[in-house]
Amino acid sequence: MAKVMGEIIIDIERCKGCELCFDACPKEAIQLSDTINSKGYQFAIKVNDLCNGCASCALVCPDAVITVYRKVDKAKRPVKVIEIED
Amino acid sequence: MSERTYVDIEAELTDQPINFDEDICLAENVVYVKPQTLIDIPMHYCPGCGHSTAHKILMEVVDEMGIQEEIIGVAPVGCSVFAYHYMNVDMQEAAHGRACAVATGIKRIMPEKYVFTYQGDGDLAAIGTAETVHAANRGENILVVFINNGIYGMTSGQMAPTTLPGMVTTTSPYGRDVKTQGHPLYISNLLANLPGVAYVSRHSVHTPNNVRKAKKSLAKALEYQKQGLGFCLVEIVTNCPSNWKMTPKQSNQFVEEKMIPFYPLGDIKVPEGK
Amino acid sequence: MGDLKLMKGNEALSEAMIRAGCDAYFGYPITPQSEVLEYLAREASQRTGMVVLQAESEVAAINMIYGAAGAGRRVMTTSSSPGISLMQEGLSYIASAELPCLLANVVRGGPGLGTIQPSQADYFQSVKGGGHGDYKLIVLAPSSVQEMVDFVKLGFELGEKYRNPVMILTDGAIGQMMEKVVLFEQMPRKTEFPDWATTGKKPGKDRNYITSLHIQSEKMEEINLRLQAKYKEIEKNEIRYQAVNLDDAEYVFTGFGLVARICIKAMEMARAKGYKVGVIRPITVFPFPTQVYADIAPQLKGILDVEMNAGQMVEDVRLSVNGATKVEFYGRMGGMIPSPEEILENFERIYIKGETK
Repeated sequence: MAKVMGEIIIDIERCKGCELCFDACPKEAIQLSDTINSKGYQFAIKVNDLCNGCASCALVCPDAVITVYRKVDKAKRPVKVIEIED
Repeated sequence: MSERTYVDIEAELTDQPINFDEDICLAENVVYVKPQTLIDIPMHYCPGCGHSTAHKILMEVVDEMGIQEEIIGVAPVGCSVFAYHYMNVDMQEAAHGRACAVATGIKRIMPEKYVFTYQGDGDLAAIGTAETVHAANRGENILVVFINNGIYGMTSGQMAPTTLPGMVTTTSPYGRDVKTQGHPLYISNLLANLPGVAYVSRHSVHTPNNVRKAKKSLAKALEYQKQGLGFCLVEIVTNCPSNWKMTPKQSNQFVEEKMIPFYPLGDIKVPEGK
Repeated sequence: MGDLKLMKGNEALSEAMIRAGCDAYFGYPITPQSEVLEYLAREASQRTGMVVLQAESEVAAINMIYGAAGAGRRVMTTSSSPGISLMQEGLSYIASAELPCLLANVVRGGPGLGTIQPSQADYFQSVKGGGHGDYKLIVLAPSSVQEMVDFVKLGFELGEKYRNPVMILTDGAIGQMMEKVVLFEQMPRKTEFPDWATTGKKPGKDRNYITSLHIQSEKMEEINLRLQAKYKEIEKNEIRYQAVNLDDAEYVFTGFGLVARICIKAMEMARAKGYKVGVIRPITVFPFPTQVYADIAPQLKGILDVEMNAGQMVEDVRLSVNGATKVEFYGRMGGMIPSPEEILENFERIYIKGETK
């Protein structure tokens, strides 16, 4: 099976540190920063390399601060923006 | 996006830098990005507020259907009074509770456009009950996005028509006593009984899967509007961390454990043959 | 020339609405103006495709007006006193959001449920704002069925010119009585809408949003200043009044709407008895024709203000003359209409015999 690699970019200035993405992440890849942004919020940061680009964090993020990338090695196929599952 | 990103300050934050793979962060690999139709400014909502999530998925649907130029929204009074600051579509700000009447005025003269209202529980199910019920009963071909968090958020935590029995608010400080303060109003179920109503569905946005389902439901409702099927209502049961006096996580737990058992999720009414 | 017809005031108003190319009417039945919705339901959509909808309340009706006016359409509603009270919330929002629309108040006697007979007791509510906040409606006061027709067209024009709600302040008598009217030709409905209208975002342009909410005090004050500047502009440009026999007048009878007609009859009777009486009838009650009163006041021995209420416009007349002459009031209430004889009698009592009561 092809290896799935993911990456997230967090707009830390917009992050309000609500922590909802932590529970959503199946890989426990997100935690709270030690420092604060200009609004005074501690913000979400990625803490490991296990991200597979499932976008769960982005889905629950109220402020839409997370951009998610996903790359499938070797078997490159277009990924639909948010697959809707029943 | 603001200038300071994770990448820029990674070094400042962690002793062990996390591998950031630039080969993955390419436009072709994007699986989630903020919807274009959501205006790129910070939203005023509290951290973890379901309003923001609901705004986001509604605008994702508008983006994906490509109807930004064909849709007119009506904002309510309540926490989401500034919805028109965030949604990059033509909008009108209605008086408290009157969104369905305003939407009726818009839709009747422009039946070819999509029209939605975005209303909270106080707006839709208390002060605006008459406007909502009659717009539904006339089968106005509009989408109502109904945000139910069981509390008045903007005025800082008073009892709403949908407040759960026993729930503490600033105006039910000993818990809602249904004998004196009335019962929670199942407005969606009530509306579903009306022949003019095509689609009523209840969702939440507290988990990724629920977000997906809520979004799909909004898309369905707009599709039904296009087909002229009648009044569609999507209820989103959500949280109010600040006024429930909880952390966002705790509030989502409350949604899961208390709100959803009381307001079960799923379709309440679907158009015939759908 | 248009058509000459014999019509009831309410029906003439409705016909004028259709002919003025009105796009939508949202209303709720209330005596004495229910014929409007009935007439439109029968005639309008077949003839021009105009939207006619019976709302569930006046509250809903005025908010439907808000929605459709916000989309840049020509819209109108009508009601009578208790219903207009219910519309005040919506009117305040409409005035603040600067949406053009037209409404007619076929006034009946109040307060409360009152009576279904004609009255002018809603003058204050109409010209001083009515709802919350500092705002004004442009208020036109017809005194004949012909003016019910003419003011529909004028009302739409003024509303669109100033982006302001316009009210036709009439009463149950004019709404119900039949007179001959000349109707203007059918006008086409608009096909182009203003830049600010919410008709769907235009490609390459910012979205439009219509709101009356400006949470920053500085911004809200700015909006207020803009509104006040607009009302000043309206006062400068749009004052309309009728003046009869002012040249040699020593006394003036004044009243608006229906009462002005009765005042003219009373004036004729007074002149027959040798009293030099003129009549001033404000046609626009906001903006109020202050200057005409101020100008004539020095030559007068007194003004008799006659209204079908407890004395409302009389305050504006007194402010206008600013003490330059005596202003007395005679009024009937609760649906009663003063007769010309009554007016003359009270004029003689006050000004000739000098009795106060």
